[in-house]
Amino acid sequence: MLNGFDLQVVINALPYLFMTGMAFTLTLTAFATLAGIAFGTLLAMMRLSRHRALAYMAAGYVNLLRSLPLVLVIFWFYFLVPYLAQWAMGASRPVRVDPFWSSVITFTLFEACYFCEIIRAGIQSLPKGQLLASQALGMHGGQSMLYVVLPQALRNMLPLMLTQTIILFQDTSLVYVLSITDFLGATAKVAQRDGRLLEMYIFAALVYFVISLLASHAARRLQRRVAIIR
Amino acid sequence: MSYNWNWSIFFEPSLDGTHTYLTTLLWGAGWTLATAFAAFAIALSLGSVVGVARTAPQAWVRALSTCFVEVLRNVPLLVQMFLWYFVLPELLPDELGTWLKQLPDAQFYTAVVCLGCYHAARMAEVVRAGLQSLPGGQRMAGQALGLNLAQTYRYVLLPMAYRIVVPAITSEFLSCTKNTSVALAIGLMELTGSARAMQENSFQIFEAFSAATTLYLALNLIIIFAMRRVERLAVVPGYGTPQKAA
Amino acid sequence: MKKTLAASMLTLMFAAGGAHAQDDGTLAKIAELGAITVGHRDGAVPFSYYDDNQRPIGYAMDLCARVVDAVKLKLNKPDLKVTYMPVTGTTRIPLLANGTIDMECGTTTNNAERQQQVTFSTTNFVAGVRILSNQSNPIETMADAKGKTVVTLAGTTSVKVINVANTEQNLGLTILTAKDLAEGMLTLETNRAVALIFDDVSLAGAAATSKTPKAFVLSKQPLSVEPYGIMLRRGDDAFKALVNHTLEGLYASGEINAIYAKWFTQPIPPRGINLNFPMSSQLKNVIAHPTDDPNPDLYR
Repeated sequence: MLNGFDLQVVINALPYLFMTGMAFTLTLTAFATLAGIAFGTLLAMMRLSRHRALAYMAAGYVNLLRSLPLVLVIFWFYFLVPYLAQWAMGASRPVRVDPFWSSVITFTLFEACYFCEIIRAGIQSLPKGQLLASQALGMHGGQSMLYVVLPQALRNMLPLMLTQTIILFQDTSLVYVLSITDFLGATAKVAQRDGRLLEMYIFAALVYFVISLLASHAARRLQRRVAIIR
Repeated sequence: MSYNWNWSIFFEPSLDGTHTYLTTLLWGAGWTLATAFAAFAIALSLGSVVGVARTAPQAWVRALSTCFVEVLRNVPLLVQMFLWYFVLPELLPDELGTWLKQLPDAQFYTAVVCLGCYHAARMAEVVRAGLQSLPGGQRMAGQALGLNLAQTYRYVLLPMAYRIVVPAITSEFLSCTKNTSVALAIGLMELTGSARAMQENSFQIFEAFSAATTLYLALNLIIIFAMRRVERLAVVPGYGTPQKAA
Repeated sequence: MKKTLAASMLTLMFAAGGAHAQDDGTLAKIAELGAITVGHRDGAVPFSYYDDNQRPIGYAMDLCARVVDAVKLKLNKPDLKVTYMPVTGTTRIPLLANGTIDMECGTTTNNAERQQQVTFSTTNFVAGVRILSNQSNPIETMADAKGKTVVTLAGTTSVKVINVANTEQNLGLTILTAKDLAEGMLTLETNRAVALIFDDVSLAGAAATSKTPKAFVLSKQPLSVEPYGIMLRRGDDAFKALVNHTLEGLYASGEINAIYAKWFTQPIPPRGINLNFPMSSQLKNVIAHPTDDPNPDLYR
């Protein structure tokens, strides 16, 4: 079924692959990263909180999701999100959520667990004396968090967060199992329609590779610039 | 919008008419474990070789192993799965490709090799980190004793490095177990795949996924429990867990 | 840690408990939202599949368009928003049940098991499960595939048909389940399986639209009878009555013949292929005496 490497097939499909597929992948990555960091910060605060119940709840949630494969979590949430939305909004029936937002919610809830652990480690990596010093200066909890702990912790964890974002970017390809047209989904559709597996899958691998590689190099350079030298 | 809960579905016969849905799920868990163990065997051995190569004195060896790691780490696992399953047989000579395709349990072998290589790249980084955490004096001491390069790695550096990175190996094995689920995309009936099949055929969505969730949690707890013992045996006095020591 | 795990499991369960929502009807939902969502397949030629502009078209889509028209009329909402959402064999029932889609227009067999969770409109097509294989290695019966690998589509009635044959005849088959027809054809085309086993009309469509239509052969004897219907949420008699009334109106007026001819005996987009699949006597029978009965024996 193969007659050499037909670059034309790839070129013809480029607009569809990038305008539809890559656009989906990148917006999903962006939304899920931002929302994941926000929810992850909340989870980290809960885990570090003095209230045992809050800490347990957050720890249970994080440990549960971290022990499940993403594919299973994707199936769970794809079918569960309309019910969750109904429950959250007090609606009388399950709420229709389109596949994009359903994916955003799924990845946010899943990746937040990983961001939570990064943030928690970042905060815990600071010497205890920093917090004590801020308290000695008369700052209250919120102030010492905002002015002393977080600025330093953020610098420590920024590179790890970027790495996690790259992992998230690669993980989004798993929405393929739901026949959602992300970059890989678009590639697979063209591959199956035109019977050009070799070209399309190798091209997909190449695109993911280049983007991830460039991003991880950027992350490493950033690490060198923001690292706090002790 | 009504959903009919039916927890007794697990004891009803599945589509093959002889086994219950519960049995098919347990079979799925079995495939998950088999794939994870086989893939991790590859990951450990290949990962060690590549990890050592990343610290080798020869520049070309380091470059080659860096390429291996970067390529496998920067392409999504699912894409790699498709490359191994759909693309590789087309690149091989016809007879070999056909043989590969008609192999019974082809999905299993493909998944094992693919996951094995994917985690080998990550294990290589773990092994390299272990090796680089050793003081330079260890390598020199080995050479001063008259050991050649291979012997230095074999008798001095690697035994220490492995013991230091055992906790990292644990988490890598856990992630390997979870990643077997990606193989459902090429038709492997592992745990998530059998839960999906149960959902499709019995329409008891939430029961099927709850069971799979419970089984994954159980697998995780068993692995963590077993690895804690290994970690305790492997700990090097004076090394590792510096945070706790401080 | 174990305790907290259990607690969060319970949280998830509790959330899933929201599934016991009270039911106030699809029509009320559509009226309230001003929108209807139609679930469709993305490669089920000629029932519901994409044209060149990635718009879902096909026989089932035409029938559903008539239903949408009837809904607009009934609710007096001529500007009702219609959204389309692709589904697969795996996702169609959960997505219908959880309110993401309001009806599913594809190639879904009406059977008693599925009626536990969903319901179906009046039958609008009668298919049969058959075997598609390579001309060079034709498979006529299940026994011909003994010891080999076969592929079917995940979440379809064919899975059961194959499993039953496999057990009864002790065939030792390896059964792969592809997520859609395109992936199933791919598995057959790349020789990962010796046969693709699914509803005959879809197989004919897939073979006809493949790169090499002549390379495939369809078995002669159907392995089962598959009445198709538009899939609807269970226990919603008002909406179901509207759907059935629409379909039966098309049957009574004879309009169905033109719609059938458009997709099955005339060239269809995107490549102008003619499936040449004249109406079966079973379907003619259903059109003369409409029914939504899942019992396959009634259609033989």
